[in-house]
Amino acid sequence: MSFINLKEKIVQIKIVYYGPGRGGKTTNLEYINRKFNKQIQSEMVSLKTHGDRTLFFDFLPFDMGKIKGYEMKIQLYTVPGQVKYNATRKLVLKGVDGIVFVADAQEQMREKNIRSLNQLYENLKSYKQSIFNIPLVLQYNKVDLRNQGIPILPTSVLEKDLNSKLKVPSFEASALTGYHVPETLKKIISSTVVSIQKKLL
Amino acid sequence: MNYGVVSQEQLEKIDEILTEKLIKIGVDCVIIIDMAGNIITAKDNGTSKYDVYSFAALAAGNFATVDAMAKLVGEEEFSLLFHKGTDCNIHFSKIDDELLLISMFGKDISLGFLRLNVVETIEQIKKLWARD
Repeated sequence: MSFINLKEKIVQIKIVYYGPGRGGKTTNLEYINRKFNKQIQSEMVSLKTHGDRTLFFDFLPFDMGKIKGYEMKIQLYTVPGQVKYNATRKLVLKGVDGIVFVADAQEQMREKNIRSLNQLYENLKSYKQSIFNIPLVLQYNKVDLRNQGIPILPTSVLEKDLNSKLKVPSFEASALTGYHVPETLKKIISSTVVSIQKKLL
Repeated sequence: MNYGVVSQEQLEKIDEILTEKLIKIGVDCVIIIDMAGNIITAKDNGTSKYDVYSFAALAAGNFATVDAMAKLVGEEEFSLLFHKGTDCNIHFSKIDDELLLISMFGKDISLGFLRLNVVETIEQIKKLWARD
């Protein structure tokens, strides 16, 4: 749940990047950290294993400026993607306001994407939140691998697999090169801000 | 308790309590956060500057981890945590299921004295919410 400080006019919004392991969630945040360093006042926090995989979460605070006199502080988090870390994923989802689901567009990852999205549905349910009501954006990451001859799922297949019921905004992306990374971020921030405004009014 | 949005008046009173009970006895920095990692309020002594936003995210994660450990050994919860350093110490105490009080302090205050003040601070904050 977002927290609104009426005294200092600050709104804190929690956005979580969710998705299967090695899908590019941390890479999304690293790109944002490099690209928007003027809006980021503190260091990105990463809790990693020695193998460089996210163990607990990454955290990146992002200042978006003011809306109606309120300073918007966007807190970006990632979850660890590996299957065995679901308890941790659930912890990070606590109080979430908006979610980016980072799917891996490689053909061999098709099953894992679906499984991860189903688990997101279950995890949100345990916090009495519904995947159909929360601001959500899908990102089909790694489409740049197509140029290297690696089999990539067509967007139509990904849409059918993941977005046929949700019908939320989606982007083809490449977190490594930054393709559609800012667009994904902008979309989730705007959907989340709109949803918070609705709740308050 | 109107959680999610805290009124200006409530925040001012909480800040007063924190200043009176903790900052005045020599605590460097006090933060109240929720379990999602949001900062409710932060007070410092004017000389210490911490990156409170990252701190809140990590502290919420830390407390959640300890909570999970408590369950593993059959405890309902570990309601307080203490990290000891050479120059800086951190004390975490649960206010209720949603909120956490974090105090950062140096060598000049004894842990016992701090704990007494933390308990009183929490009581006062709870009373404040009960009243509103």
